Amino acid sequence: MSGILKRLLQPFLAVALGLALGLGIAALGGDSAWVILKALLNSAFGSRYDFGMTLFYSAPLVLTGLSVAMGLEAGLFNIGAEGQMGLGALAAAAVGIGFPGVPWPLAPALAVFAAFLAGATWGAIPGWLRAKRGSHEVIITIMMNFIAAGVASYFTLYVFKAPHSQNSETSSVAAAYLIHPFAFFMDAPVSAALLLSLVIAGGTALFFRRTVAGYELRAVGANEMAARFAGIDVGRSQLLALTFAGGIAGLAGIPEVLSASGRFRMGFSPGYGFMGIAVALLGRRRAMGIIAAALLFGALQKGTAYLELDTQHVTRDLSQILQALVILSVSADGLWRWLKNDRL
Amino acid sequence: MKKNSLESFAPFAVEMKGIRKAFGGCVASRDIHLQVKAGSIHAIVGENGAGKSTAMKMLYGMLKPDAGEIWIRGEKRRWRSPQDAIRAGIGMVHQHFMLAGPYSVLENIILGDEPRLALGWIDRKAAREKLEALSARYKLTLPWDQEVAALGVGMQQRIEIIKLLYRNASILILDEPTAVLTPQETAELFVQLRRLRDEGKTVLLITHKLKEVLELSDEVTVFRGGEVVGHRLTQNTNADDLATLMVGRKVNLRAEVPPPPQLGEAVLQVPELGFEVRAGEIVGIAGVEGNGQSELLAGLPRGFAGFIPEDRHREGLLLDRPVSESFVLGHQRRKPYGHRFCGIWMLDRAAIETEYARAAEEYDIRPRSPQVNARDLSGGNQQKVIFAREMGLRGGKAPELLVAAQPTRGVDVGAIELIHARMIQVRNEGTGVLLVSSELEEVMALSDRILVIYGGKIVARFARGEADEHKIGFYMGGGVA
Repeated sequence: MSGILKRLLQPFLAVALGLALGLGIAALGGDSAWVILKALLNSAFGSRYDFGMTLFYSAPLVLTGLSVAMGLEAGLFNIGAEGQMGLGALAAAAVGIGFPGVPWPLAPALAVFAAFLAGATWGAIPGWLRAKRGSHEVIITIMMNFIAAGVASYFTLYVFKAPHSQNSETSSVAAAYLIHPFAFFMDAPVSAALLLSLVIAGGTALFFRRTVAGYELRAVGANEMAARFAGIDVGRSQLLALTFAGGIAGLAGIPEVLSASGRFRMGFSPGYGFMGIAVALLGRRRAMGIIAAALLFGALQKGTAYLELDTQHVTRDLSQILQALVILSVSADGLWRWLKNDRL
Repeated sequence: MKKNSLESFAPFAVEMKGIRKAFGGCVASRDIHLQVKAGSIHAIVGENGAGKSTAMKMLYGMLKPDAGEIWIRGEKRRWRSPQDAIRAGIGMVHQHFMLAGPYSVLENIILGDEPRLALGWIDRKAAREKLEALSARYKLTLPWDQEVAALGVGMQQRIEIIKLLYRNASILILDEPTAVLTPQETAELFVQLRRLRDEGKTVLLITHKLKEVLELSDEVTVFRGGEVVGHRLTQNTNADDLATLMVGRKVNLRAEVPPPPQLGEAVLQVPELGFEVRAGEIVGIAGVEGNGQSELLAGLPRGFAGFIPEDRHREGLLLDRPVSESFVLGHQRRKPYGHRFCGIWMLDRAAIETEYARAAEEYDIRPRSPQVNARDLSGGNQQKVIFAREMGLRGGKAPELLVAAQPTRGVDVGAIELIHARMIQVRNEGTGVLLVSSELEEVMALSDRILVIYGGKIVARFARGEADEHKIGFYMGGGVA
């Protein structure tokens, strides 16, 4: 038990330190740190609606965080979660528009499946290139983000465009596809789609703990050469890692499409895919850690949303400053060793 | 240190008094007392995990002792960091060199302590002059402008030593300095270390190679289980005495090799080099490193054979994962670790832990826990993990062929004894063993047939007992028959 507490202590202190530093910087602007903190907390957790919005922001972050972690475990850096998520969301919407006759319990399942498939395909491409051609996944996944944005924009504007809308968004999915928000959170679009994040988190934990494929994938990430010498098909593990990573990221748009807007809106993501990198790092690539980190970042996202209104001088950009400082203080390994007094 | 008539009253260069260090609940150093005379070569010996490195890290300021005192030249000192120790004239060459590959020799040496010009520019001229002076004084020449990555390990080690001299170290700690050196490089290193001692430097040599201790040192302190268990003047001791102190029991330094059993069929054929390995024999490849051994190993089939890789860190272990994961590496789809469930290969963690516990017991792997990361095991224990894995402990059947490349490199006496005994045992049970080693003694002791490799070719072949060290050495050095 004390072992668990000890392991939790460092990230907890790191988060506290990062927040304290960030609030200190914000306070230089003229508002008191206390006022900013209160505004933050109030906006993130102040009411059922506020908390619901925090959860709504957190759910995709769990998935993009898991996606990035999946790559990292195989020694690959998946920067492409943003694009994989976008295409997954588009695919979910496309199915919802294209097959309006599917009955209720099947319809959302079909959309989820389509989202996973689209994301997985988008992840498999850099995975395949890495495995067969040795192309660096960072460059490929970054570029694939731009391609994904282009593809999404084409389909949104020319194939599924909502006829009377001024916005770049598709028309609505059929009603049978919608997953209705819980009434508890008032108007916040938190639905059973939230559970999807938790199920996937549990699933990846099981995958790594119980399957040979998960073990091999991690072995490749831990020591590619030793894995190769041990007869593990390194390329296959890499392909598998990025395919799964893509599929998981592909699901991140589900709450938006099936519960919030009921359609695909271009630019719906405030950067979930990129924040997933931070979530994976802060969460130490573990399911529970990623869920906690996603909640934190979700709360920051929501907490800072109306900061301009609540304070005189601080804007919502504080969210990014706080995220950055939290990551910096978490990764300050030397500091923690010094505190533990193990080394001088 | 000046040599003078009062030498016997001179303070010790290093004195550790009652030093204690624990990590969590595990005591790594218990009441360490150590006295090192100025201007001497003092060997610190002990098996891996005996606490030698921990003690030296405290001396060097990398770890803070929980209790006890460190005295340097008669003064009590406390370090806040290695920088303090460096300022007090203590330098350490780590087992794994701390060099920046793409930089030149000169840049590596001055790194962190560069002579500066205005605006922070590096004064390369001053650096070069200082180094030339040092190299003339200690007769250590180096190609100053070469990229470090292109140099061999012997040269890299020389860089590490000059680095210390450049920082005016008078007490030099060397951690297993010969682990990666060829016999020639080792001989050269010893000449340099003796010269340093004669110039008044104090050398602390961490090692477990008794031969080197006896050859080089003036005094020896023996560690076991985190304690100092003995101190000897080198001239008054011998290998058996030291080995007994180190291990805590009588050790058989020379493996008993019974005559080979009936030879079976060839289990490995290497037509390129014109040799084969048959079931039930140990074929030893002797040779100075870099004569085609790595190429030979790279060309061998993997998978069906047990394979002890040359470089266990790079090729054999998942260093930052729990050691039990390294233990099953390559066997994850075999019983009892892996089994199919609805078409998916599942991993049986419980079986892994059970088997690992059995292997840890049988091979005396310490610590026993399957949860510690492989990196935190000593070299000897890491090698035992690989050995246990490759010997097919699972199911108890040894592989048809065992390829062992440098199986005892960086491994302590107790583990060497065990590994050698195991190799002989499986050979007697009908495994064909290919042993590739740059330790001539090892090859001679174990091999039923000895092949000498030089320049990528087999240049001589001997049966057991047919040739002595000199004759084999002659061919290893490229002598033509």
